[in-house]
Amino acid sequence: MKNWRKHLGLLLPLLVIVGMVLWPTVTGSVSNRESVFTILKAIALASSLNILLGYTGYVSFGHIVFFGFGGYVGLYLVNDLGWSIWTGMLMGGIASAILAFVLGKAILRLRGAYFALATIGINEAMKAFINNFDLFGGPIGMTLNFSVYKAYGGAAQALNMAFFIMAGLAAIALVISHLVRTSKFGLGLQAIREDEDAAEVMGVIAPNAKTWAYVLSALIPGMVGVLFFFKNGNVEPHVAFPLHASIELLVMVMLGGQGTVLGPIMGAFAYQGMRGYFVTSDFFKDIQLSVSGVLLLLIVLFIPAGAIGWLRHRVPALRRVLQ
Amino acid sequence: MQQINLLLTSLPDGILLGFVYGVVAMGLTLIWGVMNVINLSHGPIIALGMFSTFILFIRMDINPYLGLILVAVLGLLLGILIYFIAVHRVINAPHLSSLLATFSVNMIIIGIGTAIFTTSPYNVDFNLGSFPLGKTTVLGTRLVAALIAIFVTGGLYFFLYRTRPGKYIRAVANNRSAAELMGIPSTRILALSFGLGTMLAAVSGALIATFFPFNILSGGNYELKSFVIGVLGGLGNPVGALFGGLILGILEGVIPAFLETSWVPVIEFGLFVLILLVRPSGLFGEKK
Repeated sequence: MKNWRKHLGLLLPLLVIVGMVLWPTVTGSVSNRESVFTILKAIALASSLNILLGYTGYVSFGHIVFFGFGGYVGLYLVNDLGWSIWTGMLMGGIASAILAFVLGKAILRLRGAYFALATIGINEAMKAFINNFDLFGGPIGMTLNFSVYKAYGGAAQALNMAFFIMAGLAAIALVISHLVRTSKFGLGLQAIREDEDAAEVMGVIAPNAKTWAYVLSALIPGMVGVLFFFKNGNVEPHVAFPLHASIELLVMVMLGGQGTVLGPIMGAFAYQGMRGYFVTSDFFKDIQLSVSGVLLLLIVLFIPAGAIGWLRHRVPALRRVLQ
Repeated sequence: MQQINLLLTSLPDGILLGFVYGVVAMGLTLIWGVMNVINLSHGPIIALGMFSTFILFIRMDINPYLGLILVAVLGLLLGILIYFIAVHRVINAPHLSSLLATFSVNMIIIGIGTAIFTTSPYNVDFNLGSFPLGKTTVLGTRLVAALIAIFVTGGLYFFLYRTRPGKYIRAVANNRSAAELMGIPSTRILALSFGLGTMLAAVSGALIATFFPFNILSGGNYELKSFVIGVLGGLGNPVGALFGGLILGILEGVIPAFLETSWVPVIEFGLFVLILLVRPSGLFGEKK
């Protein structure tokens, strides 16, 4: 039972996921299910980004490239080669991880803003390349053959299944995030975040550690991409690689608190909830982007550690639970 | 032979456009050079420049080139305002803070802009005629824009190297604390630099509006181009941006002669990442 306390920080995040799965299941409302699906997707993506951003301290502005690339690969396998969604998802995740490994070897040598710029460049280059890549449908993208859903008991059943898989992916992302945070590997990453040169002197092999952090943070987005496009039924270059979605992920991690397991969940929840409210409200719907902008600015200027970081700082008693 | 013909028709346009691209990126790279901040509100400010030309010319019937002066003054003031509201507090914070702070300014401008102008395309119906050059015709508006771009670059060079505030800016860019010890009011100089950066962005937008249609989101595209140009010419080297812009303009003129136009961004951004990896200080920058 010695290790029991060490994993206390995982309890709250997983409870949140369970609660979110139960809510639409109990109420039986499809619109609830769809909004929870969006939040779960945001949680999975933001938690993955947090491994690179929060633990390692590298700001990626193009993290959505793994979502789009993995999604394209997986959907191609499911649609054109007739693979099942499970193997398709697995391959999408692996494809993204391999891409991250190759890219990481090159661009993780860059530091600070140069790395951020390079990730923007990679996202745009990939989007432009897919636009010209005929195997993946070029600018038109790919549309899922409707008969694919039959294997899962029709479209309605497949959508329902996609919801539960997404919950599973979000939970896996959180477990990975927690394991990285509590492991020696994660300690090395956090040392890199604080001072990369000092970390190397202390024996952290920074290039390797950074590359593996990048690979880990790319795995889940690839799988989420496959599932999302499978559920959507089609994929197009500008839907797969939206630069603003990368920045939204940064905002979520920042809102909740970078470098914590719970932070990205709260951030994803708050950001998606806020957006949903502003888009539908009569008063805010025209300038919802501006209102979000003002809120983001206030947080960046006055609470840079995010909600969880702030709470941990103010209420030390909560530190064991809020991780 | 057909390709040579195609090249001869598209190259002059590419070169003229390249000068304007230079000014598009100049503001971004100036701000980067002085305060190590990547200004993510660059794109929307370019768009604001475009719309000011639209309002001045269509609604008030002021000549777009005369209107540039007004756009420049407004751009300068807006930049100083943005600096004190959003940037000043995070100037020494990690990069993420300043990136997100300027991005929130981006969201605010886009949000208000969308509410006022919607996202439908606008066009400034302004014509200076055209004249033949070899096998191709050159639009008058593009030629004038290129000349203004060269003039603006010259002016910026003169300002940075020959005037006192310009020298202050270079001193602060070089070493802020040493500059402060010499009695340079660094906060005011940083605000001025940010103002100059947004001024250049707004002016470039106003120039582009005279020959391309635009909407409130168009700036994003030019912001991405600015990153590429900035890295080509050396981030933090405003005059180098003109060369970076020319390279990009020439690339956009040359590539369509050999490949489909849709390959242009693949090559542009591929080159961008490559240069970042090999020479992060840019093709013309000094080796660090």
